[in-house]
Amino acid sequence: MKIIVNGEPADTRAGTLADLLAELGLTGAMVATALNGAMVRAVKREATAISDGDRVEILAPMQGG
Amino acid sequence: MDAMTNNPGTLADPVEFYGTKVNSRLLLGTAQYPSPAILSEAIRASGAEIVTVSLRRESGAAKAGQSFWQLIRDLGVKVLPNTAGCKTVKEAVTTAEMARELFGTPWVKLEVIGEDDTLQPDVFGLVEAARILSRDGFEVFPYTTEDLVVAEKLIGAGCEVLMPWGAPIGSGRGLNNPYGLRSLRAHFPGVPLVVDAGVGVPSHAAAAMEMGYDAVLLNTAVAKAGDPVRMARAFARAIEAGREAVLADPMEVRDMAAPSTPVMGRAVLGQ
Repeated sequence: MKIIVNGEPADTRAGTLADLLAELGLTGAMVATALNGAMVRAVKREATAISDGDRVEILAPMQGG
Repeated sequence: MDAMTNNPGTLADPVEFYGTKVNSRLLLGTAQYPSPAILSEAIRASGAEIVTVSLRRESGAAKAGQSFWQLIRDLGVKVLPNTAGCKTVKEAVTTAEMARELFGTPWVKLEVIGEDDTLQPDVFGLVEAARILSRDGFEVFPYTTEDLVVAEKLIGAGCEVLMPWGAPIGSGRGLNNPYGLRSLRAHFPGVPLVVDAGVGVPSHAAAAMEMGYDAVLLNTAVAKAGDPVRMARAFARAIEAGREAVLADPMEVRDMAAPSTPVMGRAVLGQ
């Protein structure tokens, strides 16, 4: 399945957002997630299915002013 | 100043943001430092108790955000997440929601940018986003201009802190509109006001404090200094000096000279 992760095309076999984070080695990491422009809370990731063409954003703390 | 008791307060008085008292009146950004170690040392040297952070895309390989967060946690400071770079109300609101979950704080430095060259706030979007977020329980620190009417609208939208710019972000120009900033201070005597952005050197920060501003938020001026740690210390001192000066009630400015040395008793040595 082809999706967009953080603006880049990606191939995934993940069925849910939680699976996708596991595929990326980000299980347990301090990240916030959004699917197609809407935030998905951490507790909802396992129940959130991803589909072909979805846009996923995975954000982490970063330097800022 | 407390008019009833004529007590101007003391240097040690904390500043209060949404019920949280902090002693340092310097809020520091965390971007653009030469290294993580210098960032840590600069924050320590500044005495800042609040630092701004942002949210950016995390790569599974690099995990840069995870190590950055560890560094901030080790410093034991409060974080003020920002919505830097957001250009629409929707982007800013969604980013704020993600930041609240990630950092576990209702605080957000709300930026809705309206113009790329000046990074000037889109004050219309800002007020709208501030209203949405305040209703949703956020404690909004809006990055705004010195416009009085916009400030009124932000207060009406639920903001209990205002952060007018000194000058465009990263420009180092200082306080572009001292009259406007002074008017804002006079207009909102009870609202915590923070000059945010555009500060270049410690004297700019001191000037903001001398106007009666409650605090100064800056980043580039420290991060891009040749010696950020030393500059952090310089800003801390300037902010303290400006604060002490306003508590000391500065003299009135006059157009003409007034001799400071007594005229009485002066010898007549001419003809």
